[in-house]
Amino acid sequence: MAVCVAVIAKENYPLYIRSIPTENELKFHYMVHTSLDVVDEKISAMGKALVDQRELYLGLLYPTEDYKVYGYVTNSKVKFVMVVDSSNTALRDNEIRSMFRKLHNSYTDVMCNPFYNPGDRIQSRAFDSMVTSMMIQVLSRAPCCRAGEALWA
Amino acid sequence: MEAAAGGGCGSGPPLLLSEGEQQCYSELFARCAGAAGGGPGSGPPEAARAVPGAVTAAAGPVADLFRASQLPAETLHQITELCGAKRVGYFGPTQFYIALKLIAAAQSGLPVRIESLKCELPLPRFMMSKTDADTRFGNPAELHGAKVQIPYLITEKNTFKRMDDEDKQQETQSPTMSPLASPPSSPPHYQRVPLSHGYSKLRSSTEQMHPAPYEARQPLVQPEGPSSGAAGAKPPRHQASLIRSFSVEREPHDNNSNYPDEPWRITEEQREYYVNQFRSLQPDPSSFISGSVAKNFFTKSKLSIPELSYIWELSDADCDGALTLPEFCAAFHLIVARKNGYPLPEGLPPTLQPEYLQAAFPKPKRECTLFDSYSESMPANQQPRDLNRMELSIKDMADFPVPAQDVTSDDKQEQNKTRLEQNKIRLALKSTVDEALPKDMSEDPATSKDSNSLKARPRSRSYSSTSIEEAMKRGEDPPTPPPRPQKTHSRASSLDLNKVFQPSVPATKSGLLPPPPALPPRPCPSQISHHNVNSECSAQPRPPTQLPNYGDFRLQKQSEQASEAEIHPQLNRAPSQAADSSPTKKDIPYSQPPSKPIRRKFRPENPAPENQEPSSTVGGPASAVTGKPHTAVQKQSSKQKKAIQTAIRKNKEANAVLARLNSELQQQLKEVHQERIALENQLEQLRPVTVL
Repeated sequence: MAVCVAVIAKENYPLYIRSIPTENELKFHYMVHTSLDVVDEKISAMGKALVDQRELYLGLLYPTEDYKVYGYVTNSKVKFVMVVDSSNTALRDNEIRSMFRKLHNSYTDVMCNPFYNPGDRIQSRAFDSMVTSMMIQVLSRAPCCRAGEALWA
Repeated sequence: MEAAAGGGCGSGPPLLLSEGEQQCYSELFARCAGAAGGGPGSGPPEAARAVPGAVTAAAGPVADLFRASQLPAETLHQITELCGAKRVGYFGPTQFYIALKLIAAAQSGLPVRIESLKCELPLPRFMMSKTDADTRFGNPAELHGAKVQIPYLITEKNTFKRMDDEDKQQETQSPTMSPLASPPSSPPHYQRVPLSHGYSKLRSSTEQMHPAPYEARQPLVQPEGPSSGAAGAKPPRHQASLIRSFSVEREPHDNNSNYPDEPWRITEEQREYYVNQFRSLQPDPSSFISGSVAKNFFTKSKLSIPELSYIWELSDADCDGALTLPEFCAAFHLIVARKNGYPLPEGLPPTLQPEYLQAAFPKPKRECTLFDSYSESMPANQQPRDLNRMELSIKDMADFPVPAQDVTSDDKQEQNKTRLEQNKIRLALKSTVDEALPKDMSEDPATSKDSNSLKARPRSRSYSSTSIEEAMKRGEDPPTPPPRPQKTHSRASSLDLNKVFQPSVPATKSGLLPPPPALPPRPCPSQISHHNVNSECSAQPRPPTQLPNYGDFRLQKQSEQASEAEIHPQLNRAPSQAADSSPTKKDIPYSQPPSKPIRRKFRPENPAPENQEPSSTVGGPASAVTGKPHTAVQKQSSKQKKAIQTAIRKNKEANAVLARLNSELQQQLKEVHQERIALENQLEQLRPVTVL
């Protein structure tokens, strides 16, 4: 379901972006880029409240015909954006939340590495494998496997 | 067996082998098959896969053997082509025999053709390289090939007999043959195959690599150095160059944790070196090194940052940004290995995992007890592990991380006695390690808790037993605070006042200072009356009422003027007595005022008695205050002056100190000003640059 996962830095440049159907990568990149506006909107809307009170999970940012885009922002303004297939109706909000939580945990592990400079691209294999597992897991439950055929055969 | 071999496979040209040839070939074949598929388990599928897999990787024992024949590579390729191994995709016995025959032909100088097979040829000659020997036994310390070959021969026959049965199965196998492609199937077997060559490659590569800055490399090299040195120099090097070319392709597919396991095993010298390095960074071996410290340290190894990042990812098991001693050893070992050219593993090898390292190499201090308790709980694992570490074959270690299924299948085929034992040990190890790794963790803390609790109990006992010591400790523990300084004010002025208005009598209270000056006249008559009362035994209401209010002052007066008071009452008594007529009470108060000036006059230090009168009559605290200094000065004689002088001295000292402080601060201020000016200058200089 997660056809595209992106980690955006505070300055709104991507630290990590990966999508499954690689032929449509550009389209997903564009979607993530446009979703940043929505993320900023949501952050500023809650901005009056204290950061503590603001929830990290932003929820559905905007739906398109084929895809839904979900957002999550950390306390250090690092954003996670996830694009999921609309046809996967089985995906509930809780599942998306848990996926974001896993992403966040993996991201923290990447941060713990002293050789990782914040602001660098994320090249951690553990992070890669976690994202892969998320994408695959998502696919395995997907009723429509059009993305599944592509790479994971 | 030869007949079976000949008849078993229908492909390839008909091969007529002489007795000697057949025997030699069968031994060689068994050796190659056994070398690849022996050890932990030449299960039928694995043995079958072994041989072709060897050639597939071009690093198998067959390839080794072929290279040992010292034929040029093109010839070998031709031979492999001709023998049909490439066609069918594996080295069956037929192919193998053909290949050997062709090798013999080539060595005899005949062209590599099928027709050569028909000739009578001498046996092919192979340089028995150390690598082959070691692949069987995996003991780097073994330097004598002859010793090794004999057991080979003995065991080969056993293995070969089994191979016969598996021949049929071998032909059904079809792994890929391209030398450049890494075999995708049968990872366990595959691991075994590159083991032998990988190990040789690694050994030779360690020779060829420049000495790493870490001394740990030397212990790694030393056991390998002599062994590879003893071997034919060419074959290992040749293999190394070939193998390295394939190592890149092999890397993504190879589960390098099973790959040469020897490099992932930390030897004692290495361990000591790592521990010493750890101590240099962090004196407490049971504590951990922070990320930044470790980063600086590992950056010195000149490895690239992504590689270091990956090594950290592998070794920091709990992802806390800090390295404990086992984690540090694992990271260090990985760095050393990487510097020596070993590719980094996909996952942390089991021999480098923290639990394993902790158990295998107990920390010297507290953890010794932990290890003891741990070893008590798992004795079987520890000892065989130690044994294995010293002498185990590579295959055994290779299979160590292999999934359980392979282990069980491995157990079916036991050929060597030592292998049998090692397998059992490994099974035990494997089952305990794989399934009990979580148990280990739970056991370890459990045992550690037990040991800790055990340790704690005697400690508590020792505390409770000796009460005296406890008391002493308690007494010693809270150090007696230093004696509080006299309640003197820090400020000189208040000090002065206090000193001035508090004569040496300690009993006086500061709160009583204002009133007393107003009332000196009162206490005098009260004193006098008191004395009179004492002398005359007449109670007067006023003095008693006055007494409690001005008792202190009276005391003060009394102490100072004890000697004088006696004089005064005497003198006063005389006039009072003189003035005394019938009304005693009334006269006395009346007599008292007149006696006051008289009394005052007798006071040598008080030249102004008339001050008493106005001050007494006014009686207000304001006047008392104003009169106070006068009275105080008047009343207190040299002692007052001394007090004043000391106060003045202290004032001066305080002034001096403050003046010095002031000058220092002024100096600092000047310096800061100068710095500010310098910075502003710099800013000015930089500004035009940025603007442009």
